[in-house]
Amino acid sequence: MLAPYAAVVSARYRNLLQYRAAAFAGFVTQLFWGSIRLMILAAFYAAADGPQPMNLVEVVAYVWLGQALLGMLPWNTDADFKEQIASGAVAYDLLRPLDLYGYWYARTLAFRTAATTLRAIPMVVFAMLVLPALGLAEWALPVPSFPALAGFLVAITAAALLSTSITVLAHISMLWTLSGEGVDRILPSFVTILSGMIVPLPLFPDWMQPFLSWQPFRGLCDVPYRIYSGNIPIAEAAGEIAFTLAWTVVIVWAGRLVLSCGVRRLVVQGG
Amino acid sequence: MPQIEVKNLAKVFRVAERRAGLAGAFRGLLDRRTREVHALAGIDFDIERGELVGYIGPNGAGKSTTIKILAGILTPTRGTCTVDGLTPWDDRRRHAARIGVVFGQRTQLWWDLPVIESFELLQRVYRVPEPLFRRNRDRMVELLRLGPLLDTPVRQLSLGQRMRADLAAALLHGPRLLFLDEPTIGLDAAAKLAMRDFVRTLNREEGVTVVLTTHDMDDIEALCERILVIGQGRILIDGGIDDLRRRVGDERVLIVDFEEPGSLAALERELHGAWLREVRVTGKRARIGFDAGAVAPAALITRVTSRFEVHDLFVEHPPIEHTVADLYAEHGEGEA
Repeated sequence: MLAPYAAVVSARYRNLLQYRAAAFAGFVTQLFWGSIRLMILAAFYAAADGPQPMNLVEVVAYVWLGQALLGMLPWNTDADFKEQIASGAVAYDLLRPLDLYGYWYARTLAFRTAATTLRAIPMVVFAMLVLPALGLAEWALPVPSFPALAGFLVAITAAALLSTSITVLAHISMLWTLSGEGVDRILPSFVTILSGMIVPLPLFPDWMQPFLSWQPFRGLCDVPYRIYSGNIPIAEAAGEIAFTLAWTVVIVWAGRLVLSCGVRRLVVQGG
Repeated sequence: MPQIEVKNLAKVFRVAERRAGLAGAFRGLLDRRTREVHALAGIDFDIERGELVGYIGPNGAGKSTTIKILAGILTPTRGTCTVDGLTPWDDRRRHAARIGVVFGQRTQLWWDLPVIESFELLQRVYRVPEPLFRRNRDRMVELLRLGPLLDTPVRQLSLGQRMRADLAAALLHGPRLLFLDEPTIGLDAAAKLAMRDFVRTLNREEGVTVVLTTHDMDDIEALCERILVIGQGRILIDGGIDDLRRRVGDERVLIVDFEEPGSLAALERELHGAWLREVRVTGKRARIGFDAGAVAPAALITRVTSRFEVHDLFVEHPPIEHTVADLYAEHGEGEA
């Protein structure tokens, strides 16, 4: 039943793995930004008095995981898709004996994860193995406990599904706007702040916490990274992962609804 | 029962109108004006299994709209259409599994992947069982000479090669109905001939029904026994090429090579009447356009050969382009 969709994911994934130079450039950039973020947060911790919601080791893990998995955030749209909408080649997608939402979700899942795989592996190797070897062990990505690692892997999978559902929604919006310019500018500001990518969410003021803990972007970074570092105890991990998946279901449902409206009014360009 | 049945099919698009100038642009923000474009104004036709039908008309006449409705991509404003018993836009997925479509201006192959990987992806997307896929793929590779291209990324193919690969891609799941939307656009002469050969083989030997839109009248003359001419959203002609010719008058051209350089004046003195369309002389050759309904070609030939020293002569149909251009002119340009 799912075989055609799996084939789409795999083909697109293989296609995107070709961009090795871009991945290397991304690795270097993210290394740089990761160091800056660590220095800022370390200065903040040195100056702060009293206990913080996260200790410095947890913050270091949060930052490195964020740098490794940055590309998995739903912060941009697939250029291929933009091209397809603008040229009208999207008509071919309707000619496939597939559920259109499922087809787009499969393509987007590959887009969201392929480049990330290429960048995440060297980043984790560097942060976990190379930094201690350079004598910078206190700034290294800590090795997690086994239950925390297992919880993290499940949570990051859920995060990938959530991120894909948000990106698909952005792709669908192009049926109206015909260009991804707008969403490409709006998405990063929401996503990077609300996911915890810029500042870990627990460090935000208390009065914002009720809002921050219910919004969907939290499932992208905050949940998996804190499970990894043990800041979210493994006993609570299941509930947090269910939170991420629940938002995914809501956004998939919304995406299907919007897509069916979009297809009804779709005028293929060049008719 | 015909394979395709189209009844009273109409499609109205709503197009936003822009006003000219800056002031117009501001007014447009508050008060959007739309106008209706009748791409199809109610068309009817049937197509039987195994037919090879040419679907022609000027730009904007509604050809692509029809193809898109038949393929299930567009929903018509009114009218009905069944293809093999299914309504394309209601049963989009089931319908899509049974048809093949090639848009000449767009590719369905994955740009960065080798051709064979696009094929294998399509196999999974269409759930084609392995033995059937191998049989179809090998047949396409043989007929379209794709062997050396299979491992080449699509972006490195020439247009002709890409079109051949696109045709194969549309047929891997063994559809019994193929829509070709301008399949020869931009191709060189050799590639066009190869494409026509292939389409003919597919239709004659495998019995695949083909609906072909094109602006290339040679495609039509080479391939189609039946043509549908559409203009301003209506079917103008449904018949053979001869019907098309008769519709705009039965014009022929008598081409005469004289022994001596021909003289226009002498010829014109000899030939006159309402049946005469035009006479042109270049060197020893004269082209005499005439209405074959008003004067028998044999009588005209006798007349010319009795007065002049003729070396050679033959009668031809005017190029079908002219015929079609006349017909389009008669019904106005498609773009209203």
